[in-house]
Amino acid sequence: MRVPLSWLREYVDLPADATGRDVQEKLIGVGLEVETVEQLGAGLTGPLVVGKVLTIEELTEFKKPIRFCTVDVGQANGTGEPQEIICGARNFAEGDKVVVALPGAVLPGDFRIGERKTYGRMSRGMICSSDELGMGDDGTKGIIVLPPEHEIGTDATKLLELYDEVLDIAVTPDRGYCLSMRGVAREAATAYGLPLRDPALLDVPAPNSFGHPVQIADPIGCDRFTARTVVGLSPEARSPIWLQRRLQKAGMRPISLAVDVANYVMLELGQPLHTYDRNLIEGPIGVRRAEAGEKFTTLDGVERVLDAEDLLITDSRGPIGLAGVMGGANTEIADPVVDPETGLAQGTTEVVIEAAHFDALSIARTARRHKLSSEASRRFERGVDPQAAAAAAQRTVDLLVLLAGGTAEAGVTEVIAPNAPHTITIPANHPDKVAGVEYGRETVVRRLQEVGCDVYGQDELVVTVPSWRPDLTDPNDLAEEVIRLEGYENLPSTLPKPPAGMGLTDRQRLHRRVGRALAGAGYVEALSYPFIGEQVFDQLLLEKDDPARQVVKLVNPLSDEEPALRTTLLPGLLQALRRNDGRGSHDLALFETGLVFQPGDGVGTAVRLPVDRRPTDEELAGLNAQLPVQPRHAAVVLAGAREQAGWWGKGRPADWADAVEAARSIAAEAGVDLLIDQGQYGPWHPGRCAELSVVVDGVKTLVGHAGELHPRVVKAFGLPARTCAMELNLDLVEQAVDGTLQAPRISTFPVATQDVALVVDSDRPAAMVEYYLRGGAGELLEDIRLFDVYTGDQVGEGKKSLAYALRFRAPDRTLTAEEVSAARDAAVALAAEHTGAVLRGA
Amino acid sequence: MKPEEIERMRDEALDAFAAAGDLDALQAAKVAHTGGTSPLALANREIGALPPQAKAEAGKRIGQARGAVSKALAGRQAELEAERDARVLVEEAVDVTLPHDRVPAGARHPLTTMMERVADVFVSMGYEIAEGPEVEAEWFNFDALNFVPDHPARQTQDTFFVQGTREDGKPTVDDESGIVLRTHTSPVQARALLDRELPVYIVCPGRVYRTDELDATHTPVFHQIELLAIDEGLTMSDLKGTLDHMVKALFGADMKTRLRPNYFPFTEPSAEMDMLCYVCRGESVGNPDKPCRTCSSEGWIELGGCGMVNPRVLVACGVDPEKYSGFAFGFGIERMLMFRHNVEDMRDMVEGDVRFTRPFGMEI
Repeated sequence: MRVPLSWLREYVDLPADATGRDVQEKLIGVGLEVETVEQLGAGLTGPLVVGKVLTIEELTEFKKPIRFCTVDVGQANGTGEPQEIICGARNFAEGDKVVVALPGAVLPGDFRIGERKTYGRMSRGMICSSDELGMGDDGTKGIIVLPPEHEIGTDATKLLELYDEVLDIAVTPDRGYCLSMRGVAREAATAYGLPLRDPALLDVPAPNSFGHPVQIADPIGCDRFTARTVVGLSPEARSPIWLQRRLQKAGMRPISLAVDVANYVMLELGQPLHTYDRNLIEGPIGVRRAEAGEKFTTLDGVERVLDAEDLLITDSRGPIGLAGVMGGANTEIADPVVDPETGLAQGTTEVVIEAAHFDALSIARTARRHKLSSEASRRFERGVDPQAAAAAAQRTVDLLVLLAGGTAEAGVTEVIAPNAPHTITIPANHPDKVAGVEYGRETVVRRLQEVGCDVYGQDELVVTVPSWRPDLTDPNDLAEEVIRLEGYENLPSTLPKPPAGMGLTDRQRLHRRVGRALAGAGYVEALSYPFIGEQVFDQLLLEKDDPARQVVKLVNPLSDEEPALRTTLLPGLLQALRRNDGRGSHDLALFETGLVFQPGDGVGTAVRLPVDRRPTDEELAGLNAQLPVQPRHAAVVLAGAREQAGWWGKGRPADWADAVEAARSIAAEAGVDLLIDQGQYGPWHPGRCAELSVVVDGVKTLVGHAGELHPRVVKAFGLPARTCAMELNLDLVEQAVDGTLQAPRISTFPVATQDVALVVDSDRPAAMVEYYLRGGAGELLEDIRLFDVYTGDQVGEGKKSLAYALRFRAPDRTLTAEEVSAARDAAVALAAEHTGAVLRGA
Repeated sequence: MKPEEIERMRDEALDAFAAAGDLDALQAAKVAHTGGTSPLALANREIGALPPQAKAEAGKRIGQARGAVSKALAGRQAELEAERDARVLVEEAVDVTLPHDRVPAGARHPLTTMMERVADVFVSMGYEIAEGPEVEAEWFNFDALNFVPDHPARQTQDTFFVQGTREDGKPTVDDESGIVLRTHTSPVQARALLDRELPVYIVCPGRVYRTDELDATHTPVFHQIELLAIDEGLTMSDLKGTLDHMVKALFGADMKTRLRPNYFPFTEPSAEMDMLCYVCRGESVGNPDKPCRTCSSEGWIELGGCGMVNPRVLVACGVDPEKYSGFAFGFGIERMLMFRHNVEDMRDMVEGDVRFTRPFGMEI
């Protein structure tokens, strides 16, 4: 809502020296979000005067038509001689009154007006358009032609009210009444402790039976309808400058007198109005719900197919308006048309004025359904004061009579469905208890009265809320009114005493540890969007029946290319990798942890549970069952050098083993044994893919994969060669956590080391060899480490040699050479039995 | 055995040690003058054949001579070792300014660590961290929080709707599914009230979604942190005090908050929460010489929304509003990061560029 300060002063006697910033501050204090204060006329200085065009000489020798004018500006130029001005606009004629900027004037944008030679003539000033004066769009796109009654030489900055301040207020959905000057003025009056001149307090004639007939078929959708008729309107009447200017400052475009007046009254009182050309209406005005599928063309020329819930205004032939949203093209007020023969304007001369009150929800739904948000629907959705309808109709009648020479007909139609005012009962100290401040009964009552409430009672207050505050429904609404008017800034600062908390959960700690471990290992965290397109699964080489292809989709994605939610973190991470690579960072290690979304048994529809009680556990379980499964995944991607080359020597490219190591470090943070098997899965190189598993409740469970990406994936995503990746399901890793770590016992007896080199088939996994070496070595084995892998002539084709260092130690004695040899031999023997390993050199 | 003879042997040894220029020469001199075949050793051996009187005297002389020799040797040894050490340590000097970025450091995303830091302020006060799903039932995201269907407040939160399946097997359209990407972390409030025993003191950090296109100041995917306290007798002054404590903990002891009335369906009374500008601390107000870009010289920065939990929310979650009251607030982490660390473009936080994230390290 744009509120010109000059207009606001009409209802409240604000201090004469109060600036827009001052008023802004006060209004913010009572809870209006005044976003900006616009300074109209900033950078504009006169002389700017009314002039009369005396002569126009058309200059035709230039590329575009140019006019050389003489303009009578009276004594404003000091000489009384006609002012000579060159002008490029053409929408004026000799005898027209215009606005002239005389030499010395400065227009917005530091546009200095002087005397200068142009198009071969001297130009001493400028004939102005509204744009050049910073007035906003007046619809003419030409220079301003003033009504003839304005005197030559008048100061145009005053006439056009060019200097003003406009408060721009973002009205929250509960404060519909502040979408009017009346509502904002009420807040300003309260904020300053000044009386309000309520513009809705008008003398309104009593309803009678000879107004335009109105029949309401749906009194719930429309509980009030006032109809008034004005006849004898002069079609050539134009909105006076003051009215046009107020509309412009409030952000609306002047259109025609009848429309401008309706808009003006809406801005003033908050009551949306509609004016129908009476000669285009047949029979009584009706209000009813639409038939499903019924068609209707609104003012904007769009034919709309209606829903059975849409509320309509009708005449005997059919719909003439979408109630509270937009009128119909069929009864639109006609723009005046001037007959070229007679010079007389023809247009609407008789109007029926509608000031009605519609159900907020119904209007909201219709506006949403037809994607048609209008000034009217915005107000009805947020609540319009039903008691203001008659006054608004009266105000419209008055202005049309005053400005268009019309005559009000005596008939006054008012159809009202009885509605009891809303009352709320609260303990007098309720606001005190909410705020934690002792205001006292007196203050509470006074503040509620300032809001417009009627208040009765002592310890228990019975509060009748004003008709313009449909948002006041609950005790806490009244508490808020008291607290905000007493000032949020005056609330004391106290701290509650929560019970002792339990700190982070194990799960939360794990998530933090995983992040720290990966960052510690050189990975940089990326937080990518979860939106994907399903073609990404082809790029990832997933099988047609891969469960990861089952996605949750959005109805309204930002991009039709990416309508689904991720089931894997890889697409987002790989995109980040490619982006970094493209920006010149080539040695990359990125990680992400985040949710992925699996439809599970399918996303159904979630029922709307009640809100007037706690849903039952069954209801909640049913609701949750409709949601997708949302496990947390962790993933890394790597490319380029894992270790940089430098003065210390060569670097090392990132490889499959780094990706597997990332999984190991996550498992280590969780205190979980990670089982690694040779695997093959979609995006990974078929020979360089590790299957990652953990044991959950005694069952080996696949949690993810790691390794080098498949060259086709690398190509499809435009990645650096040999990009590597790891992804695992962190929730499953967490489920594998089995109790608290038991501290090792430290033996202080000496260690005995033995190295063994075993030759196995080259496709035999090292992890398997190690597994049996450990098993065979028994309890004396303290540690085992693979320190070399050799393939080549010395071991023969299809074979590899694995060299292990074994460390033996006993908790209670120094081991003898015999004991150590026996343990080593047992280790080798078991490995030989299960893996075909042969002791090298044996 | 003449005394002069012994003195000569001793002096020769002392001269040889003194003449030794390095440890190798000294080693040779040591072998020559103290070894088994050195003159003094040979002389010592001859003592046994001497008569008792001469034996004692010669023994004493030779002993003294050998003592002087080994003392001189040790002294020269120490000198030469010190010289060698001095030389070697100089030779071993390196350029300690060489870089050693062998494995460049990693980093956690500042949004992650910022959320943790905020959460930890409250954990230290006794709050616990609560979590919830990102794909959420509309009931939790809106209805339970007193967003009335078709109320304008519901439209202000440009919502992503999930496509569900209707009973007739067809995909849902518009908002039919009743399932959304959560538009705020507030649904976790409802989940916490339904799941936990009272009193409830929780913080909920997390990811939220709205249908904004990515630009310098908007992102469709962003992060919030939500706080909820429900107990007997909690007041709006408690809310104010809790906010004051938070900004002091996060931004410094001189930090202040300001509440302005506002509207949110799930709180009543509701307020917008501002904090003193982190950059100018309010000093740019009315001071055109020192304009502040962060707060547009307003002196305050808008942080988020807050208020007393609407009793209707408590009812929907089975909490007796006659007995319990409480407060809630929520704010955007991106925004906080932007003004705390002078981030100018939202996209920097979204794109995963390592040059942006790396300097933030492990903690914030």
